[in-house]
Amino acid sequence: MTDVIIAGIGQTEVGEHWDIALRDLAYAAIKEAIADSGGLQPQALFVGNMLAPNLSNQSHLGVLLADHCGMRGIEAVTVEAAGASGGAALRQGYMAVKSGFVDVALVVGVEKFTDQVGAGVDTAVATTSDSDFEAVQGLTASGQAALLMRRYMHEYGVPADGFAGFPLTAHANGAGNPHAMFRKAIKAEVYGKAEMVSDPINLFDAAPNADGAAAVILTRSDLLPKEYSHPLVKIAASAVSTDTLALHDRHDPLGFWAARESVEAARHKAGITLEQVSFFEYHDSYSIYAALSLEAAGFAPRGEGWKLAAQGAIALNGRIPCATMGGLKARGFPGGSTGVYQAVEAATQLRGQAGPCQVAGATFGMIQSLGGPASTAVVHILEKMTP
Amino acid sequence: MPNNTLLKPTRPVGIVGYGAYVPRYRIPAREIARVWAGGKAGGLPIKEKAVPGLDEDVITMSIEAARNAMMRAQIEPSQLRAIWVGSESHPYAVKPTSTVVGEAIGAVPHIQAGDWEFACKAGTEAMVAAMGFVGSGMAEYALAIGMDTAQGKPGDALEYTAAAGGAAFVIGPAENSLAVINASYSYVTDTPDFWRREYQKYPEHGVRFTGEPAYFQHITSSSKTLMEELGTTAKDYTWAVFHQPNTKFPQRAAQMLGFTPEQIAPGLLVPVIGNTYSGASIIGLTAILDIAKPGDRILLASFGSGAGSDAFDITVTDKISDRAGRATKIQEYIARRTEIDYATYARFRDKITMK
Repeated sequence: MTDVIIAGIGQTEVGEHWDIALRDLAYAAIKEAIADSGGLQPQALFVGNMLAPNLSNQSHLGVLLADHCGMRGIEAVTVEAAGASGGAALRQGYMAVKSGFVDVALVVGVEKFTDQVGAGVDTAVATTSDSDFEAVQGLTASGQAALLMRRYMHEYGVPADGFAGFPLTAHANGAGNPHAMFRKAIKAEVYGKAEMVSDPINLFDAAPNADGAAAVILTRSDLLPKEYSHPLVKIAASAVSTDTLALHDRHDPLGFWAARESVEAARHKAGITLEQVSFFEYHDSYSIYAALSLEAAGFAPRGEGWKLAAQGAIALNGRIPCATMGGLKARGFPGGSTGVYQAVEAATQLRGQAGPCQVAGATFGMIQSLGGPASTAVVHILEKMTP
Repeated sequence: MPNNTLLKPTRPVGIVGYGAYVPRYRIPAREIARVWAGGKAGGLPIKEKAVPGLDEDVITMSIEAARNAMMRAQIEPSQLRAIWVGSESHPYAVKPTSTVVGEAIGAVPHIQAGDWEFACKAGTEAMVAAMGFVGSGMAEYALAIGMDTAQGKPGDALEYTAAAGGAAFVIGPAENSLAVINASYSYVTDTPDFWRREYQKYPEHGVRFTGEPAYFQHITSSSKTLMEELGTTAKDYTWAVFHQPNTKFPQRAAQMLGFTPEQIAPGLLVPVIGNTYSGASIIGLTAILDIAKPGDRILLASFGSGAGSDAFDITVTDKISDRAGRATKIQEYIARRTEIDYATYARFRDKITMK
């Protein structure tokens, strides 16, 4: 069947863009991606966004962005799966091109947290959990992560600073990414002194909500412009799994079942082993989720995912480089656009254009986007094509 | 077409007398944290803030600061031809603070009076207007006051710092000034970072929006433009004082503009009295004047939410030596301290619902 090529990539800096409207953030990324593809014009637009209806009083983003960005008339829809919206939108674009229904698909992830401040943001984020049974009780996203982290530390005897390696690695890598929200390495001592967000989740365990937009142009190799000069990167596999929505309905809360299933399905489709994965962009919205994702993917046994960070295995030159351009913790967590940022970063790695963040000899990149505590899990495996 | 020429009156003007006031009551930030934040001691924005007593308000406090200013100015109250009070907490929505203060210091009736509002920069606005009033020759002396009894919403981040205090300045001819105001410059945009509607008891704010797009953008713009137009840099000044809503913001603004911690040290009062809103930057100025030597050059930049910043370039004259000691200095007010707990603070600040 057809290879789906990531022909063009674009992204804005991740940060607090008080003065840039949602539609203009998206346009900046879209313009860059189309130019990067050599000017390919999409027939379909898939938008990954999670909270615009709540924070910006704006739904109907497909037509808004198609209209605003000079693509009036094309097929355009929003894809929503909480924090996995970007990954889910990428999958829709992938399926559209792979099936032959669409020649060129544009996938854009965009989020504008700073259209509101304070309690309104927490209320909006809570809509991604089970509204009637979790949110109504006051359970927040950080509260969910805190419950899991507390249980994990108890079951596996993790020391208080056991998760420090995750933010340390993320910030060290973010320093080399000009689009990252945080571009300075942090010292090990700050982790222990950090303020609690939701005990035991501290300030460095939680990724920052931020604004941003990232976009990719997907197409078939026979449709690339003649002068196209980027190394070819294709989507080798795509898989989505879902679990229970509410944390209290999980049989095995620390098992992150959907994260495991989606990784296994994707690896099977790509025909690769774990050892062949050159780097893993996990969904480190919380450091505990990074640990659980590593275990679910099979990189570490249950209860030992935290050690990969503590021992440096996830560093750029480690056994399994993770958060290579800062991850959610340092590049930032721009909500529903995150999955597309992961695709842009993975493509950059596989093109060999990641600069100080470059993973040497990268051939297969695995990106995983989670909605909530792996209630939705979307995995894509990107592959550097040999000419 | 942009017009960033400095605001300078046709005749030179300056500060003829100055006076400060801070109430004696203090509530430590850790006491507020004890009630609202499970007693967490780390990361508090200041050490303690000043709280007005049961019988104090912007009127009573302005009168005392005005009296201090008049004692230093050594002029007759009848020589004042304007009295302008800037505040976010005027006791009345309609009925001016300034007329009561004017009456109390014996400056009425041949006087222009009015109340000013622009969040925390209402005091420096009154100063700019007074510069124009005197500088145009309309009058010899005008009194400009910035004073507040700020209300902090219980449990809100700003409750740690919303405090009471302020300062008064007699503006007059440069020849009679203890400090000459060489120039002023104002930078203003529509930036709604902090606001209170008419019937709201407590203000609201934009959390992180109050930082970079509001405070830092306006303070650095006014200060940089003033210095560029004058041809000065930070090292040309002996002292600098910025609006001080907490300890970190003015320290960071100073660093961004090239000032050293030593240059801002005497004017940085917020750690021990809190954010006195319309009084904040100018009460810092009085602390500098209390210790300044003739020839010292001072940069003052206020910030008012909504938003704007007034910047001033000031040079101290030899008249400071004779006048600084003629009234109570701010450090004496700061040392006059009675610690209160949260319950007393809630009672003093009218936070207890009585019906």
